[in-house]
Amino acid sequence: MRARVFVTLKPSVFDPQGKTIADALHTLGYAGVNDVRQGKYFELELATGSSDQARAMASEVADKLLANPVIESYRIEIDGASQPHDILKK
Amino acid sequence: MKFAVVVFPGSNCDHDAYHAAKDVLGQDAEFVWHKDAELRGADVVILPGGFSHGDYLRTGAIARFSPVMNAVRAFAAAGGPVLGICNGFQILLEAGMLPGAMLRNRELKFRCEHVHIRVEQIDTPFTFACRPQQVLRIPIAHGEGNYFITPDDLHRLETNRQVIFRYTDAAGSPADEANPNGSLGSIAGICNEGRNVLGLMPHPERACEAVLGSTDGLVIFESVVAALAAGALSPAGSAQG
Repeated sequence: MRARVFVTLKPSVFDPQGKTIADALHTLGYAGVNDVRQGKYFELELATGSSDQARAMASEVADKLLANPVIESYRIEIDGASQPHDILKK
Repeated sequence: MKFAVVVFPGSNCDHDAYHAAKDVLGQDAEFVWHKDAELRGADVVILPGGFSHGDYLRTGAIARFSPVMNAVRAFAAAGGPVLGICNGFQILLEAGMLPGAMLRNRELKFRCEHVHIRVEQIDTPFTFACRPQQVLRIPIAHGEGNYFITPDDLHRLETNRQVIFRYTDAAGSPADEANPNGSLGSIAGICNEGRNVLGLMPHPERACEAVLGSTDGLVIFESVVAALAAGALSPAGSAQG
């Protein structure tokens, strides 16, 4: 099963990279871009057929390694569990 | 007195730290590979600067799982003095041995230059020989030294006097222009609650000989030698681990 983990800086943490990207977009004329937050994206191939187990496993590795809880939070999507066509249909 | 300098894949200031301990201070020093399980009777442990594991994921995030870190953790728990320099500081943060985390520098630039830091507290093994409020001129070289901690934890850090170094101007005033990376409270270095584990972003090992442009870093290493000789280490008071 595949789990997707999205790691982002917590809202209270200043994101210098996101700010720089937002400034660049404003320079390009995209005045409608109010803010940019940069994050990290991980795809985990997991040896389980259970979406519950996959979610538990992804959550555990995100807590232990993928995210630093002092500055970051994360969100998990399990393929075939929630919004399966979310990305494919784009 | 024996210094252990831990070598991670990607460490690049290990030889500088070794040289400072062995050749400049005339102490025993030994490299310890990150996969080693023990510190071979060291009295002081240094986690050196560099780019352990290529800074992949986050600075210090992978190094914290190296086998040697169990020994470093046990050594610190027994009161042994541990110094994390630059990437070593980042590893101590990721390992949870010091509070807080590092963000990219405020201006997103890798800053490589001499800065001034003020010694805020002298009751740690690594500032034992400093004068109160002494200003040191020491180089920095990092892209992620923007120290962050939550407001509650920052309050606890200040209340416990765990802020050991702050970026200042040459006169010792912590002006915002003197803060090279945007660190909260101009924090350049902190210690743990036991005061025996210290991390700082500047590189004292690169400022131990006149030929390098400054000898201000020497006092950090002299401090730990003097503190151990004086039996001044707290709380365990014994670092024979």
